[in-house]
Amino acid sequence: MRYLSGNDVYELEQKSNEIRQSIIEMLAAAGSGHTAGPLGMADVMTLLYFHVLKHDPARPDWEERDRVVLSNGHICPGLYATLAHAGYFGVEELLTLRQFGSRLQGHPHRGTLPGIETSSGPLGSGLSQATGMALAERIDNPYSAKYFYCLTGDGELNEGQIWEAAMLAGREQLHNLIVIVDRNGIQIDGYTKDVMPLEPLAEKFAAFNFDVQEVDGHNIRSINDAIGKAQAVYGQPSIIIAHTIASKGVDVFERDFRWHGNPPGKGPEDRVPRDEQARVALEKLRTLSGMITKDEL
Amino acid sequence: MYASHLDQKITTGAVDRVPNRNGYGEGLVEAAKKNAQVVALAADLTESTRTHLFAEEFPDRFIQAGVAEQNMASLAAGMSMMGKVPFIASYAMFSPGRNWEQIRTTIAYNDSNVKIIGAHAGVSVGPDGATHQAIEDMAIMRVMPNMVVMAPCDVHEAKKAVMAAAEYDGPVYIRVARAASPVVTTEESPFAIGKAEYFYTKNDTHSRSVAILTTGTRAYDALQAAKILEETQSVGVSVINVATIYPLDEEVILAAATEHDAIVTVEEHQKEGGLGSAVAEYLSAIKPTYIERVGVAHTFGQSGTPEELLAHFELDSEAIVRASKRVLERLS
Repeated sequence: MRYLSGNDVYELEQKSNEIRQSIIEMLAAAGSGHTAGPLGMADVMTLLYFHVLKHDPARPDWEERDRVVLSNGHICPGLYATLAHAGYFGVEELLTLRQFGSRLQGHPHRGTLPGIETSSGPLGSGLSQATGMALAERIDNPYSAKYFYCLTGDGELNEGQIWEAAMLAGREQLHNLIVIVDRNGIQIDGYTKDVMPLEPLAEKFAAFNFDVQEVDGHNIRSINDAIGKAQAVYGQPSIIIAHTIASKGVDVFERDFRWHGNPPGKGPEDRVPRDEQARVALEKLRTLSGMITKDEL
Repeated sequence: MYASHLDQKITTGAVDRVPNRNGYGEGLVEAAKKNAQVVALAADLTESTRTHLFAEEFPDRFIQAGVAEQNMASLAAGMSMMGKVPFIASYAMFSPGRNWEQIRTTIAYNDSNVKIIGAHAGVSVGPDGATHQAIEDMAIMRVMPNMVVMAPCDVHEAKKAVMAAAEYDGPVYIRVARAASPVVTTEESPFAIGKAEYFYTKNDTHSRSVAILTTGTRAYDALQAAKILEETQSVGVSVINVATIYPLDEEVILAAATEHDAIVTVEEHQKEGGLGSAVAEYLSAIKPTYIERVGVAHTFGQSGTPEELLAHFELDSEAIVRASKRVLERLS
């Protein structure tokens, strides 16, 4: 894992902030879509595409690339924004999200947009696909340097298929498989602890023969270290439970499960009026919730 | 007149009986010898789906998925994205029965090069009963975009269908049966995805005629019914084997509707959604034709021997004769 200098971290944080702004703009333009997850996973996605991954946005089909499987497809605004900022396609195309004829489908479709490895949306099948990819790679090349990253939600872990895949990945000792869970504690109907408690989550995956780490999903250096360690694990798949804050970066949206499936302009009105939501969110991001003054901008 | 490429034992009645799922095991091994990218997965039903033939010969390319059909489908999708040609096999009731959404999203919508084998399809599964008798699988697969759907008539055709599927780039569903069924074709019989074949061509001396379109292991009963009808009813009968349900061989079916007075479809499946529906949907728009569908009448199966069940659910040769008489009565 490449070392991150202080300046690298600063630049990655800048980038994730730009990506969050794009997420707000595209969701507001679309008038529908999910806000909490994309904002919460922006730091993980930024680190992956701007520091960790072996990839080439100019050659999305490059055979030697690492693979990223987005299992919780509904947070695709975050992936689309990250891919665009990384150069897979133009940033201006982000504003076509969810529109008729757009390559930015409401949930990702493989083959439509460069950089999308699998179609997803129905939850729970991404881990199986990432496991299948990792398994196929090992059959062809046991010394492969490719890594297979699977991003999942935590509510998604309610799905039985996740555990079917985990059982098989553990049995196969797929050390080229690295799962990152967006542990934001919310799902559509409420807090995960109320809807379907997952704890003890780390112990569950450990029991399925995964190497398990827990990190602050907004600390670039911590996530980077965890991925580095996961890459070094041998004989086991890895899972990184990334503790994130739903809607991270927009303090007036944060931790509120009502932002799971609503875009700015259609979210809960008790803290910010609907017609102000997109503007307020962008201003919060640009000023780091008031820490940067207008003069500094 | 029987097609010359058929196994001539059909004319004497002393046919060989072999489960057509054997054709999957044999075809898979052949396909794997030709293409090193072929891999196979099974969900704890390795021997009964005949995947064990492959697993013994290519242990490094066999994945035991355990009793987890949903994972198996998406696992295969992932493997195909790395260039593999995965075959997944289980009982049709579980795959595509249980894992239909995984097949839809991760195989069909992804346009993954995965081949799905639904074994133990139909009521002829026998004593296991209704829970294990898939009679809705063709309906749920036929409506899925990107999916080729096949039901081979016997062991030879199953082997050819599997080998053709391995060479075809895209998702394919093949249903096969548990019970031993008559061997109708030979290794030389022609086969191509999407092609229907005349197994028996009507005698033109009769004034009335019916075309029996059959899919899966009902072919021999259809041939027997043709013989009975020609000998006792003075009806000209053709038997057309429709091994591919989707895409349908529209050319042959339109010609059959043109050259015969009526059509009878035969399948070991619900009357809704399978071959009968496909033929009716097509012909109703282009050449309205009287059609009688032989199939399961919107009910579940039950335990019994294959013969008892095929008779009970009116899927045997006598039922095909009765259906043919019914459709001809409607003409007059």
